[in-house]
Amino acid sequence: MDTEALQKEFDEKIEKDIKIEPKDWMPAEYRKTLIRQISQHAHSEIVGMLPEANWITRAPTLNRKLILIAKVQDEAGHGLYLYCAAETLNITREEMQEQLLSGKAKYSSIFNYPTLTWADMGAIGWLVDGAAIINQIPLCRTSFAPYSRGMIRICKEESFHQRQGYQILLTLAQGSKEQKAMAQDAINRWWWPSVMMFGPRDADSPHTKQSMAWKIKRFSNDELRQKFIDMCAQQVEVLGLKIPDPDLKWNEERKHYDFGEIDWDEFWSVVKGYGPCNEERMSARIAAHENGKWVRDAAMAYAAKQDAKSKSSTDKTSTKISKNE
Amino acid sequence: MEDKNIYEYTLMLADSSLIMGQRLSEWTGHGPILELDIAITNIALDEIGQARLLYQFAAELKNKQEPGSKATEDTIAFLRDAWDFKNLQISELPNGDWGQSVLKIFFLAHWQRQMYGKLIYSPIKNLSDVAEKALKEVTYHVRWSSDWVRRLGDGTEESRGRMQKALEYLWPYTQEFFEPEGYEWDGIFENAGEDFFENMKAGWNKEVSLVLTEASLTLPESHTYMRKGGKKGLHTEHLGHLLAEMQFLQRAYPGCEW
Ligand SMILES: [Fe+2]
Ligand SMILES: [Fe+2]
Repeated sequence: MDTEALQKEFDEKIEKDIKIEPKDWMPAEYRKTLIRQISQHAHSEIVGMLPEANWITRAPTLNRKLILIAKVQDEAGHGLYLYCAAETLNITREEMQEQLLSGKAKYSSIFNYPTLTWADMGAIGWLVDGAAIINQIPLCRTSFAPYSRGMIRICKEESFHQRQGYQILLTLAQGSKEQKAMAQDAINRWWWPSVMMFGPRDADSPHTKQSMAWKIKRFSNDELRQKFIDMCAQQVEVLGLKIPDPDLKWNEERKHYDFGEIDWDEFWSVVKGYGPCNEERMSARIAAHENGKWVRDAAMAYAAKQDAKSKSSTDKTSTKISKNE
Repeated sequence: MEDKNIYEYTLMLADSSLIMGQRLSEWTGHGPILELDIAITNIALDEIGQARLLYQFAAELKNKQEPGSKATEDTIAFLRDAWDFKNLQISELPNGDWGQSVLKIFFLAHWQRQMYGKLIYSPIKNLSDVAEKALKEVTYHVRWSSDWVRRLGDGTEESRGRMQKALEYLWPYTQEFFEPEGYEWDGIFENAGEDFFENMKAGWNKEVSLVLTEASLTLPESHTYMRKGGKKGLHTEHLGHLLAEMQFLQRAYPGCEW
């Protein structure tokens, strides 16, 4: 088939909501867009382990410690599924990792903010995982099959993440004066960065239109952001805490909450690498990679030796057999 | 006083698991590859899970012995000082490089398998129940760590050098494993004869040496100075720092719900 016919077949599948499998023909740009999006998503899961891992050793009870460890471990699993999904597009995990460590690939800016108190574990679960869920639920229906399958698995775990975060905040909000202040302080610091997680305004988002046409994305940044704000504005009431936005107000006409102006200068400066923890996060990833090199090398050397051994033993048996013959 | 012995023995097991899990959880997010990050985190989860069950039983014992003491798994874990901790010293040692951490797991898991393997026959139901669950977990830790000890010992020249160094550092801490404290006997094991601990030690030695030989590592000289005292509350300098970090919130904001 010529490219034109293949393109036509592809367009029809997209039109009819038939998922694209890795072996199917796809436009080069579609592949490129997916590699960029999925690998960026995978990197976010991995770098995203760091801010919460920062509190594992200081979790206040054994139960909280277990839940937090399991949660951070889930994120490692998410990274793994996503790297595997991206690998079906003909890029290796090593190549993707190289792009992350060299600074070529991006990850979600939210993880460049510091975790300063225990309440940040609550705020991250509630807001950051909450925003992730809103982003990810539509991705379960994304047009590329392996990505969609990965997202279905991931979404199941994300709702537990959000719940445990909300639980932490709820406990703090009902606790001592200091605990309540701790919870409010965490929401104050995490609110705006979480709102920014949905990316630039639709007008400033160059890839959105094409991604929506390909049904990689199902909703625009601004639509998802609105959904998130509506959800949080209601949930914060139960906590008895406040969202740090004086302009947050229910708009009866729109049937949505209005909200204040986002600080886009801050957004772009964190994206460009000047956030409070960009350097810490990258150096932690680079250190893990470098310190792990001898382990990976040893595992490879050992596997090669084992291979050689089993090969030479089959060689011996085969020579024996031929001699007997 | 039999209950006091059971209480202290339970703490010894629980503290060893908790401190080990606490240390291993420092790896989460920093492992050499994703799969290994997940694997070592699993072991940390198992260890802390075991500790919880044991502390719950310990709290029950304590509340029975001292009515009104309101002990919970968390008061025991978070409100004792280093000298009350009875963990084996090896669990509090720093993680070091990946090889040292793997070898720590290897030694401890082999000890736990011996211990839990006997404890499943204990007449104390709470302990035998925990042992039954834990035995499955540590059997997996034994297998996983043995595989990695072989791989790293018999991998590259660098990996072997690192493993040999880790072995020399950790070996002296294995001596206290099978030297029973007074509280380790009474009522805990049924039919525990004179050679009870000797047998466990022999079993441990045999299994451990086999893997170390396969990994082409050399056991340190037997006259190496041996470290001990963890089981009665004598620790290295490392434990105090570990506890300061682990107990920080409970100490800074006493009496709160979390
Ligand atoms: Fe995730
Ligand atoms: Fe999550």
